[in-house]
Amino acid sequence: MTVKRFTLAAAVAAVAGTTALGGFLTTAHAEDGIYVPLLTYRTGAFADSGTPIANGMSDYFALLNKRDGGINGVKLVVEECETGYKTDVGVECYERTKTKGAVVYNPYSTGITNAIIPKTNGDKIPVLSMGYGLTPAADGNVFPWVFNLPTTYWSQASVFVKYVGDQEGGLDKLKGKTIGLIHLDHPYGKEPIPTLEALAETHGFDFVTYPVPPKTMQDQRSTWEKIDSDEPDWLFMWGWGAMNPTAVKGAVDVDFPMDRFIGVWWSGNESDVRDAGKKATGYLAGDFHGVGDGWPVFDALREHVIGKDGSQTPESMVGETLYNRGLFNAVVVGEAIRTAMGKYGDRPITGEEMRWGLENIVLDKARLDALGLAGFTNPINVTCADHEGSHPVYLKKWDGDKWEKSTDWIEPMKDVVRPLIEEEAAKIAAERGLATNACSS
Amino acid sequence: MLYREAGQFKTNYVADQAIFPIRQDRIGMAIVLLFAWVIIPAFGTDYFLEIIMINFLFFSLAAIGLNILTGYTGLISLGTGGFMAVGAVASYKLAVIFPDLNIILVFLLSGLIAAAVGIVFGLPSLRIKGFYLAVATLAAQFFLDWLFLRFDWFTNSSTAIEGVPKTLFGFLVTGPDASPFAKYYVALGFVTVFALIAKNLVRSAIGRAWMAIRDMDIAAEIIGIRPLPTKLLAFAISAFYSGVAGSLMLFLFYDSAEPDLFDINLSFKVLFMVIIGGLGSILGSFMGAAFIVMIPILLTLAPDLLGLPISSDLAKHLEFMIFGALIIFFLIVEPNGLARLWQITKEKLRLWPFPY
Repeated sequence: MTVKRFTLAAAVAAVAGTTALGGFLTTAHAEDGIYVPLLTYRTGAFADSGTPIANGMSDYFALLNKRDGGINGVKLVVEECETGYKTDVGVECYERTKTKGAVVYNPYSTGITNAIIPKTNGDKIPVLSMGYGLTPAADGNVFPWVFNLPTTYWSQASVFVKYVGDQEGGLDKLKGKTIGLIHLDHPYGKEPIPTLEALAETHGFDFVTYPVPPKTMQDQRSTWEKIDSDEPDWLFMWGWGAMNPTAVKGAVDVDFPMDRFIGVWWSGNESDVRDAGKKATGYLAGDFHGVGDGWPVFDALREHVIGKDGSQTPESMVGETLYNRGLFNAVVVGEAIRTAMGKYGDRPITGEEMRWGLENIVLDKARLDALGLAGFTNPINVTCADHEGSHPVYLKKWDGDKWEKSTDWIEPMKDVVRPLIEEEAAKIAAERGLATNACSS
Repeated sequence: MLYREAGQFKTNYVADQAIFPIRQDRIGMAIVLLFAWVIIPAFGTDYFLEIIMINFLFFSLAAIGLNILTGYTGLISLGTGGFMAVGAVASYKLAVIFPDLNIILVFLLSGLIAAAVGIVFGLPSLRIKGFYLAVATLAAQFFLDWLFLRFDWFTNSSTAIEGVPKTLFGFLVTGPDASPFAKYYVALGFVTVFALIAKNLVRSAIGRAWMAIRDMDIAAEIIGIRPLPTKLLAFAISAFYSGVAGSLMLFLFYDSAEPDLFDINLSFKVLFMVIIGGLGSILGSFMGAAFIVMIPILLTLAPDLLGLPISSDLAKHLEFMIFGALIIFFLIVEPNGLARLWQITKEKLRLWPFPY
């Protein structure tokens, strides 16, 4: 009986507590600083990918705070909100943090990005989805608050085709060749299909898809048997999470030529190929930032942040692809804040001012040198209409135990990709009743 | 004392069959409704209205739907997520294809479409029961998942389905720019009306037929209840509720959702609500939804409110552990759910402060 009585009391307390919380959850503004919420996933099924990204972001912000005392003397207040890669939790995080004066969101999940994008018009807080999320959002006229710099899936798909054309001796030699796409059977995995279909028509190659259902992504034997019998000349991959290492091993098992197998930048982490090791030598992946720790900024990170109180980064993670991606994301956020301060003054900025900062961000060679990141990425120059800002992608090659830069920066086929982006953005605008002239007003 | 019925005489059948026969319950209900309709919207912050209340409301509706099927008719279903997906996709398609259609009609029609799908997947329930039926409804979940991911027509070939902005009585009530205030009232209106309908359904001949089937289907057949129409009706109404809940979820909460949001985990989530809240109880559906929706949020916020300096991932792990322990604790203490706990409380209050 006593247990039951206690239970009753607990239940009543819980109900009362929840109701009372409604009152507490008002606006607790971040004190004296620029509030940057980070939607991270260090838990859940995708924690292996989420942890290095989260570490890269928070380490760089910690560096800015510890070494420079913030940006132009204004401290950054960074708060992590754990999503576990779940969309509903991500939306909860967004609603909870936005009233504290959040300047930008980096969701690192297509689902959360899609759920947040419609809210940005009203809330006036930009979303920075670097290399993921909604590709048509690159059209700043329709999506003024969404930035997917430096480049998009569709640009990347055209870069892959260009690379294949180069290897075959010209795009006109593609006629009659077959390009396969092994992809996660999910909206994200299907992203490049319209672009590749359009290119297949113009250049006369055959385009075949090999969907991998998310539920069985760790058992791809039937898919690889099919690929083995079809023998496509080239194979692209759009995978994420546990699909990647499984696919690389699948390719090794059926002796698919690894130097004709190209992964999206989300299929190019060290952990994706490490299991296959030497056998995966030659596997290619796209990327838009440097890999490894050969830049001065890493020395500064080691001096001020890594291994010190507040950093969760193990030494072995420094310089990994996804750690660097998180770091690059933080660099872009920091530089956008700095740009915005140049116009609005050295004080905590708002989401609207942050948008101006992102729209006018200039990450040219000189700036990258000054940041200790010379050559880390291709220069970025965002405009109001073009939220990709940079576009080029390079390919890296797995040499058996680390990534090596394999090509120079390759420009995408803008003449193909940009019209597709504008067409799709216009379609979404019509459906949702969005304005299409954010840059001309 | 508080729940003493002495002096409340029922002098006619209407009073005897009233939905809340005891005066205290009527007063309690009036207070709850006053809170829901006046006090919460007047004092709640946007975060509270949108993240806690709307979330709770559409899950309550889904839980009522599943409770009709599983709690009242005894048919275990793992297809709730699929039926919610049907509702969400149907409302998106209807709102896009017929831009002038009233939003209330959009939601109701999507519910009807979900009900039709529910009937189709309910057909096996005549022949199979228990776990076998659970597996058959699992097929519904997987099939619908697959269907919406595979065929672009359902999503208009975009990666996400969106809550289309719509107005009601001149107010913007859906879409990203609608105020949480307006959205809350739409959700609350639907939940109030449909909870009332559900409560009355289960008190009527239909509800008694469902319960007869649940308790012993052969005996029910012998006393003249036709199993197939009864079971299919339960499936239809359950799917209708789930479908409307799915539309509300898309239009009032997510605004933009990938179809795979409605996966098997959603089905489990609603099933847990029903089990923890109490099988065969409308009140239990609300309590279960409140438990599953609010406790994790409360636990996430707790370290911050208490000023504990722990990292976000540790807080998340703690949340999982405490939440899991709470579920086990409540199920051990009261396997019949929170609703039963409330019933015991009422009985105790009746005697309080002089229990014997």
